[in-house]
Amino acid sequence: MADTPQAIEVNCETGVVTTRDLTADEIAAQAVAAQAAADQKAAADAEAAKVAADKAAAQAKLAALGLTADEIAALSK
Amino acid sequence: MANPTMTLIASNTVGSGGASSVTFSSIPSTFTDLLVKISTRAAGSGTATNQQLNFNGDFGGNYTSVFAEGTGSSAVSYKNTGYSFHFIGNIPAAGATSSTFGNCEIYIPNYTSSNQKSISSDSVTENNGSAANQDLSAGLWTGTSAITSLTLTCGSGNYVQYSSFYLYGIKNS
Repeated sequence: MADTPQAIEVNCETGVVTTRDLTADEIAAQAVAAQAAADQKAAADAEAAKVAADKAAAQAKLAALGLTADEIAALSK
Repeated sequence: MANPTMTLIASNTVGSGGASSVTFSSIPSTFTDLLVKISTRAAGSGTATNQQLNFNGDFGGNYTSVFAEGTGSSAVSYKNTGYSFHFIGNIPAAGATSSTFGNCEIYIPNYTSSNQKSISSDSVTENNGSAANQDLSAGLWTGTSAITSLTLTCGSGNYVQYSSFYLYGIKNS
């Protein structure tokens, strides 16, 4: 991999492909965007994990009440 | 839609050096809609990372979108308002099964319109395992100029070699 991140540009009119180093400003902007996106993914993953954990806990409580696995599954259909 | 056509405008496959972003510039205004198809993998850490879409070099907070995401074990939805990019889903990263690539399709109707632009996309990571991300999104870019360039950026590290990008133009008649 190149030391400096590379940007590829494809000119649709000419077909010319240009590869260049990112500027310092572009690298900084990309880092900010990457962090925002990473934060978003972490939040989504955490929410998904909580939903899965809550679902498992609810199913366990229903099973403890005597519901069968089929009856529990029917509740979410 | 009367006699629609789909034409490959341009494509690119990343070489051995990798690339952090791929831009299609000087997009002709002769089509009705744009369609982007990509197959990508990131060199960054983790099993998955995101990728981002920007239009006309606009990296300001002008992108709003809603998502539905499945992770392999559960599903979530969320909304981004005033983001500096349109999030188009996740792709496999260095921690995913080797040589697996995620795929994504982006549709941009009426890209030459003087109104704000809508975006829809669907993507899925590939990991040869039960944990994977599938994302459906609908978004809005507040720009009112015709779209003449679009940039796809890898969220963590570079796009690896053989990541491929195809830009198609859709013409309604």
